Amino acid sequence: MAKPAPTRTPMREQDPGVRARNFDEVPHGYSPEEAAAEAQRCLRCKKPTCVNGCPVEVDIPGFIGAIAEGRLWDAMTVMKRTNVLPAICGRVCPQETQCEGECVLAKKMEPVAIGNLERFIADWEAEQNECVMCEKLPPTGRKVAVIGAGPAGLTVAGDCLKFGHEVTVFEALHAPGGVLVYGIPEFRLPKSIVEREVNFIRDTGAKLVTNFVVGMTRTIAELLEDFDAVFVGTGAGRPWFMELPGENALGIYSANEYLTRSNLMKAYLFPEYDTPIVRGKRVATIGGGNVAMDSARTALRLGAEESIIVYRRSRQEMPAREAEIHHAEQEGIRFEFLTNPVRYVANKQGWVEALECLRMELGEPDASGRRRPVPVKGSEFRIPVDTVVVAIGNSPNPLIPQTTPGLEVSKRGTIVVDPATGRTSKKGVFAGGDIVTGAATVILAMGAGRIAANSIDEYLKTGNWQDPTGSQ
Amino acid sequence: MSRILKKELLAPGIKRFELDAPDVARKARPGQFVVLRIHERGERIPLTIADTRPEDGVVVIVFLEVGKTTRELGELEAGQEIMDFIGPLGRPSEIENFGTAVCVAGGVGTPEIYPVARALKQAGNRVIAIIGFRSQALVTMETEMRSVSDELIVTTDDGSYGRKGFVTDALNELLARGEKPGRVFAVGPVIMMKMVAECTRAAGVPTVASLNPIMVDATGMCGVCRCTVGGEMKLACVDGPEFDAHQVDFDELLTRLKVYLPEEKRALEHWQEGHGTCRCAGKEAGNG
Ligand SMILES: Cc1cc2nc3c(=O)[nH]c(=O)nc-3n(C[C@H](O)[C@H](O)[C@H](O)COP(=O)(O)OP(=O)(O)OC[C@H]3O[C@@H](n4cnc5c(N)ncnc54)[C@H](O)[C@@H]3O)c2cc1C
Ligand code: SF4
Ligand code: FES
Repeated sequence: MAKPAPTRTPMREQDPGVRARNFDEVPHGYSPEEAAAEAQRCLRCKKPTCVNGCPVEVDIPGFIGAIAEGRLWDAMTVMKRTNVLPAICGRVCPQETQCEGECVLAKKMEPVAIGNLERFIADWEAEQNECVMCEKLPPTGRKVAVIGAGPAGLTVAGDCLKFGHEVTVFEALHAPGGVLVYGIPEFRLPKSIVEREVNFIRDTGAKLVTNFVVGMTRTIAELLEDFDAVFVGTGAGRPWFMELPGENALGIYSANEYLTRSNLMKAYLFPEYDTPIVRGKRVATIGGGNVAMDSARTALRLGAEESIIVYRRSRQEMPAREAEIHHAEQEGIRFEFLTNPVRYVANKQGWVEALECLRMELGEPDASGRRRPVPVKGSEFRIPVDTVVVAIGNSPNPLIPQTTPGLEVSKRGTIVVDPATGRTSKKGVFAGGDIVTGAATVILAMGAGRIAANSIDEYLKTGNWQDPTGSQ
Repeated sequence: MSRILKKELLAPGIKRFELDAPDVARKARPGQFVVLRIHERGERIPLTIADTRPEDGVVVIVFLEVGKTTRELGELEAGQEIMDFIGPLGRPSEIENFGTAVCVAGGVGTPEIYPVARALKQAGNRVIAIIGFRSQALVTMETEMRSVSDELIVTTDDGSYGRKGFVTDALNELLARGEKPGRVFAVGPVIMMKMVAECTRAAGVPTVASLNPIMVDATGMCGVCRCTVGGEMKLACVDGPEFDAHQVDFDELLTRLKVYLPEEKRALEHWQEGHGTCRCAGKEAGNG
């Protein structure tokens, strides 16, 4: 095999100056020729380390090898064996710390662009007039209720269908997809792609019931009267605020609200769509994760003259995907690192007009191994703003735990499960995704869904239930 | 998807719908609400559940036409469908035998307090209801309220019907004549609930108010409905909507309700300009 080129095949993108003002997707994707060139960089290692880096163990050399040889249908078949949402994962997985981080090439040069290839193959399939259907086992007659149509729930639905079970997905919002539809913006994950992947699961046979809030419209106990097993994948939906003085002033949003208005409700198309959003001229976003990058970049697209990210540590510690930070920088987002807000200042009409901050410096490492930021005395200063987006994280949605007696939750409010099976303390009830881990990633939610689906299948076959937590 | 079974005009600008929503009807309790979205381009708005008939799968809503969405809703006719209808949401009212319970409602708060009053009556309370309106033409639900109250006081701001004055005047008189209610329930405009809270605070009468902040998801996900209660942040959609009225920061709620005033005006104008063009959409299958 020829020596691989040291750099990966670049993906064409919209020009930063243009894209910062529109909601169209930023990268354009690979052509089949570009994809083949990139696929040929893969060494087809005997013991592929990349696969260990993938939470759902996609057969990476398998699908990349097929692309290299131009067998695109085969590539897709390999992919769908382990991953039913490749168009999404290819776009939003933090590949640099997962598969690509484990790629052997990464030691000497740029790793194979696994994520780009995954995206390519899924998009290629979508352009064909047919698609690879999942092979389904004969119907078992057993019924599974999935609560929450995010990545965790959709994975459970897809897998349980393959096992031959009947699946109904209950979703609180009017559209399925979870964070993929309400949180991650159009320019990073077009909603038509989420719709396509959701339709695939519907076509495989899942019944999708939207506008159904489990706990309110019906409780888990009631669902268990009609279903043999229940999976809870309700996500980490309750936003944290800074809990600083002035936080309820007008113009201050949680990232969930800001992004939900813009993405799910399409407020960027107001007044064609009815939901309004404040189109701030000077927008500060507090936080350093993907959610913060998405919010700050959305602000630009809504017409902000200046969009500023305020983060209390330095660039190196930011938890966002490298690609997102890079895109944000290219688009002209201003970063205020080592800066921590201490209060909001409002004008007479109640609108926020400034964010008062302290400069920080990095001290000793904390429990997470990251150096802890400590405030610099007397360094107060004000950032004039008309909009603030608080993007510092979410806690688990408490609705299900509150309405489900016998379901054990941790102090943080997450549902307690046996990690090897996804079983909760309540018989017949499984859980996974952000509701178990706290806010994490799409692929971890899918990995948890995969584990839960396997043990749901086993439970439905054997009827065995051992309480993993020892309490009942 | 939810079909409108019956439509009635209760008073100028106030409409009553009976909707086919069996899942909501079965579970709804007094004090809870629904969120609806008329069509694909619509916004999500919360409305209090005014009544239910679980055996027929019927949910009743009553609304005042104020902005674009409620006006558009008001134009729908029996037989037409509302795209998304979600509920019941929020915590139900705390209903027990308080001895004497006073229900105070202003304007369109009256149909909203009706199921609460009825449940209080059923729980054995002596129910005194005070319902206030701007003028006689806007008086609604009087007969229904009378049927679930031991005493009903109707007030109008201009004195065109019932007693002239505000609901708080009547409430003050009740307290002055020595009534010792175990609980007061207030539903209506924020300013009215704030004044009710002031009346009862001095008398030490436990009072709950049903808050009506802006909402989006109403599942506790977005945080727009946050209110300050007893110095703490609460989400009205999942922690409420009813809170101890003596602890609520009503002024903050009043300010927060104004955030989209310019956009609301613009949305209404935009809609009125393009009026007549049908934009009914309906592809996403829903439940309820
Ligand atoms: C803005 C943003 C950007 C992100 N970017 C990335 C990224 O680039 N890469 C990455 O890997 N991860 C990213 N994440 C994280 C990732 O989206 C989540 O970890 C993942 O979606 C979790 O999946 P889930 O299925 O557990 O929950 P969710 O996606 O949260 O889905 C839960 C679903 O359950 C529904 N639900 C909740 N309660 C109920 C109820 N009582 N009844 C019925 N339905 C209910 C919710 O409405 C929701 O649809 C991002 C998150 C956000 C918010
Ligand atoms: S699913 Fe995510 S981690 Fe796994 S191979 Fe694909 S991009 Fe890499
Ligand atoms: S309406 Fe979104 S949290 Fe209450």
